Amino acid sequence: METNQILEVKNLQLSFRLDAGVNHVIRDISFNLFKGETLAIVGESGSGKSVTTKAILGLIDDNGAVEEGSILFRLRENDKEEIVDLLHQSKSYMQKHIRGRKIAIIFQDPMTSLDPTMTIGKQIMESMLEHKLVKSKQEAKDRTKVLLELVGIDHPEKRMKQYPHQLSGGMRQRVVIAIALACEPDLLIADEPTTALDVTIQSQILELIKDIQKKTGVAIIFITHDLGVVANVADRVAVMYAGKLVEEGLAEEIYYNPKHPYTWGLLSSIPSMDSKEEEIESIPGSPPNLINPPKGDAFAYRSNYALAIDFEEIPPFFKISETHSVASWLYHPMAPKVEMPEVLQKRLAKYRTQKEV
Amino acid sequence: MSTNNVLLEVKNLKQFFRVDRKTTTRAVDDVSFHIYEGETFSVVGESGSGKSTLGRTLIRIYDGNSGEVTFMGKKISGKLNEETRQFLRKNMQMIFQDPMASLNPRKKVLDTVAFGLDVNKMTSSAEERKERVLEVLKSVGLHEDHLNRFPHQFSGGQRQRIGVARALVLQPKFIIADEIISALDVSIQAQVINLMKKLQREMGLTYMFIAHDLSMVRYISDRVAVMHVGHIVEMGTVDDVYNNPMHPYTRSLLSAIPHPDPVREKSRKRFVYDISNVIYNDSHMKKLSDTHSVLTTDKDFEMWSKGDYSLSLK
Repeated sequence: METNQILEVKNLQLSFRLDAGVNHVIRDISFNLFKGETLAIVGESGSGKSVTTKAILGLIDDNGAVEEGSILFRLRENDKEEIVDLLHQSKSYMQKHIRGRKIAIIFQDPMTSLDPTMTIGKQIMESMLEHKLVKSKQEAKDRTKVLLELVGIDHPEKRMKQYPHQLSGGMRQRVVIAIALACEPDLLIADEPTTALDVTIQSQILELIKDIQKKTGVAIIFITHDLGVVANVADRVAVMYAGKLVEEGLAEEIYYNPKHPYTWGLLSSIPSMDSKEEEIESIPGSPPNLINPPKGDAFAYRSNYALAIDFEEIPPFFKISETHSVASWLYHPMAPKVEMPEVLQKRLAKYRTQKEV
Repeated sequence: MSTNNVLLEVKNLKQFFRVDRKTTTRAVDDVSFHIYEGETFSVVGESGSGKSTLGRTLIRIYDGNSGEVTFMGKKISGKLNEETRQFLRKNMQMIFQDPMASLNPRKKVLDTVAFGLDVNKMTSSAEERKERVLEVLKSVGLHEDHLNRFPHQFSGGQRQRIGVARALVLQPKFIIADEIISALDVSIQAQVINLMKKLQREMGLTYMFIAHDLSMVRYISDRVAVMHVGHIVEMGTVDDVYNNPMHPYTRSLLSAIPHPDPVREKSRKRFVYDISNVIYNDSHMKKLSDTHSVLTTDKDFEMWSKGDYSLSLK
């Protein structure tokens, strides 16, 4: 692992045993995360994006099994650094040293992730006291006040004594973020943190997350199903489909020069705000069932660009640039040249002209 | 697309909820608008703005405290007689947000969709019933195999199609679609929206969309009303509202829409509407053009027309 790398997921394969058979939820994914950066993982429900983060946190249910792979994490403790494989740690080790302490998570719905019977001050202090980061209750209180100010909550002293139901949805999500930051984690996982919120609140929370990263330097994995949301926060984007990564690159590369037909589909199904098109490009069909994963490229069955080999063999990653790679046979030297859909070409051309203005 | 026949006219509609002896929530507070035949009228706003309550009051899930609603020339507010009630049920239908929660998990698709037919005794034989249901299922992109399945055997997008089929089976004129795509994946959202557009073309339907996703609303609507704390604060054609927004609340909503364009996003300036001193009670609807109107006071209006929003934006 390179020195500026904080997390490395290598060839992860994971499945769940169900009555109907074995569900291959994650089928061989690898990615890296560097210090201080934001990686957005984008995919539909069932693509395996949330399960990936659960694997990182050691929160896989009992019927799930990791079949292969490793999740390496750089653990810093008192100026000592070591690299641990999170998949081979005991439950109590994960709870004591990793979860909430080094890796924290923000969930989608702030109401269900907060305890309705506990004041928010208590909920924020809980993990600092549990992990013995503070010597006294007074110190914990002081830190909580600083945290509440960091996440943009006024009158922290008053707020600490309030209960979740006394706050609005946006305020609750701010509290959840404060709890996640309580132990100064090195890695923050945000699992659809804005999906349950209104647009105006959503943009406030996104700005807050960006701001916090600037101040604390925490690395962030941002899980979302909506490519439109993360353009502002992501440094790099990884697109997931049916338990595999299909494209990965810098945000600019994914948004301005997407290569995989699925990424094309995702981008063009966001209605454009600039022009009125008659029909939104939609992706036909629905994601495959992973109990019997389709042969070859799983997206080929919904794609207009599928080649014969797509139905036979899983495509490897082809490098577009040093940072940009795509898993599609379309970029094999022998494949016919294809262009992205016209709607998307036009839209991207418009972005480019706007940039130059 | 829109002709000038008014299909639905709403005048000074109010719907209050009493929370306890001291407090009353004014969910819909003196709202007036009309919807033309064949058009798509969208109501946007944040949660708590009263947009869903408005839809539910129109279709008489709630009864409304005061105000007058005329639908296809008939008054449908106040006390209804049996005849008007049936007329309303047949011609106005609603599709709900969460397709799983709005379908009975123990009923087959056939029976769920046929429920409206059964209640209104519209079919005389089992074959006719099945035929009618099949016809409407086909129009939403489902097929015969699906008739005897249960909701859990479908994907989210398919379930929402069942919700659409159920609303269509009585061949209504007017459909209220309450956040029908917000529970769906992005790629499936586009499928459902394209389906709604196709049905509108083929059957001449009129839609009222209730939504918080402003980019989708721009794409589907002819006219838009923006709601905030029970009031319509701005109303007009899509062009009026999106290209010339006047009300600071509309402006704040528009400025919050995320774009799939990193460079533009990084330089984005967000308007934050200061809601701390908002009182709409002494405001009135002011017409800016034949199609465009905004809720304002004379003093505010003067400032806004000069582009001065210093009092309303943070």
